[in-house]
Amino acid sequence: MVMCACFFLPFYQMLITSLKTTEELNAYPPTFWPRVFVWGNYAAAIQYIPFMRFTLNSVILAIGVTIGAVMSNSLIAYGFARIQWAGRDLIFFIAIITIFIPFPVTIVALFDIFAKIGWVNTYFPLIVPAFFGSGMYIFLMRQFLMELPKEISEAARIDGANEAQTFLQIILPLMKPSIAVVAIFAGVACWNDFLTPLLFLNTEELYPLSIGLQFFRSEHNVAYSLLMAASAMVVFPVIVLFLAFQRFFIEGVTVGSVKG
Amino acid sequence: MTRSARRNLRNGLLFISPWIFGFLTLQVYPILYSLRMSFTEYTGFNDMVDVGLQNFTELFKDELFWKSAYNTLYYTALAVPIGVVVAIVLAIAMNQKVKEVSLYRAILYIPSILPVFALSFVWIVFLNPKFGLFNRIGGAIGLPTIDMLGDPAWTKFAIVLMAQLGAGGPALIFLAGLRGVPVEMLESAQIDGAGPVRRFFSITLPLITPVILYDVIMGLAMGLQVFTQAYIITSGSAGSGGSIGGSAGPQDSLLFYVFYLYKCAFQYSQMGYASALAWVLFIVSVVLALIVFKWAKSWVHYESE
Repeated sequence: MVMCACFFLPFYQMLITSLKTTEELNAYPPTFWPRVFVWGNYAAAIQYIPFMRFTLNSVILAIGVTIGAVMSNSLIAYGFARIQWAGRDLIFFIAIITIFIPFPVTIVALFDIFAKIGWVNTYFPLIVPAFFGSGMYIFLMRQFLMELPKEISEAARIDGANEAQTFLQIILPLMKPSIAVVAIFAGVACWNDFLTPLLFLNTEELYPLSIGLQFFRSEHNVAYSLLMAASAMVVFPVIVLFLAFQRFFIEGVTVGSVKG
Repeated sequence: MTRSARRNLRNGLLFISPWIFGFLTLQVYPILYSLRMSFTEYTGFNDMVDVGLQNFTELFKDELFWKSAYNTLYYTALAVPIGVVVAIVLAIAMNQKVKEVSLYRAILYIPSILPVFALSFVWIVFLNPKFGLFNRIGGAIGLPTIDMLGDPAWTKFAIVLMAQLGAGGPALIFLAGLRGVPVEMLESAQIDGAGPVRRFFSITLPLITPVILYDVIMGLAMGLQVFTQAYIITSGSAGSGGSIGGSAGPQDSLLFYVFYLYKCAFQYSQMGYASALAWVLFIVSVVLALIVFKWAKSWVHYESE
């Protein structure tokens, strides 16, 4: 109970701050409950910065990344889980190790590479990498695929299906739960990402919300109530997604981690 | 090699080919390329000028390099153990047999999936000495007002506290670990007269050590690359006059390693020097992970099955 209160307090602060007038915010002692609810702060926050533009950009990026992550990781995980080939386990081990390579190690070089091929200030550096899979999601989907009985694939093979047909017609439809997990995690990770857009985007029209929220800080002051209103609006879709797909979130976090 | 083995090898490689391509172009090549850059002077626009080991020798004389390394290790050394303890405590809370437990679980877990950039803004307000709830509540129980983000002695701890909002994720893994502890073991210990504290430390804790190892490794990796919080919190601090990234918190107390790397590469256009920093980070991460794995052998309990 006490811990829940601790975890909830910052968000309570966010909500009450987002609903206060500037005068009340600066009043001392601060109030625990807004005297008047200024719902207009939310409308004002949307107008203070190009909020809709930023939201649209965030959504576009999240959709692109989600599609890429689902397509690539299901293919790759299938290759690691359902086909027996020489050297597979060694390469899988390497794929797992890449999870632990800090992304910032590569940012300087990646920036220079993307600059040379003219990708800086486009969405390519943010979306395209998702189409090449990522260690964490490969691990997650592979774990799921290993649990599907071998007989399913064997039956398909006896019926004359080749590997691609077995994957597309038999296994892929069975993978739906793990696809949902990867889609949700990849989408949320993209929505939450700050460093990648900060590196590769430099015009306002392209900014997602993560970068756009900075605009609430002008030279001299910070529009706290508007900033909190905007933060609430950024956080809200993630909470809704969680409430709608609670099962997949929990599955995604716990899968294989106990034995792994 | 039989025909079917050859066919499987071909198919297997075909299926994982997107990963192979991504691994080579987005990880191996950039890491080697930054090694090459680290021996040059390069602004991103000029031709690279070979300077040998100069970047690396300079680095050891660079006060800000040491400062940022110190800040990062200080932060990680605090955040990892505190994070493990908080996650275990949360997991125990999530494991209580009360009716509303699923609501508690949701409240404790949700903050861990929320964007750090938004949480950083919330944290600025929450810790504000004037209207933040943190100091209001501290004041109510008799603590002095602390300007956590303005006092260089406290800033890193403020970030450590903030990181605990993300403990819900690891807590779920610990929860799964707690559920895996055989009930018979706990029951027979109880019959032998062991209290709840004793039972936890003698039975539960050893059995969840693999999860602790996983959490330590992940925490270490995250701790070494802490960036977003520091970037957002410091570029908003009063007095920096909107010059984004101009300061790094009071007395550079929030200049974390990746933050410094970012500044060198993208604000000072020292791509060669930043590459040297990147390589040092790469080596330190690998070495620390290896040390933890080695050390873990002495305390991680694996079931002998």
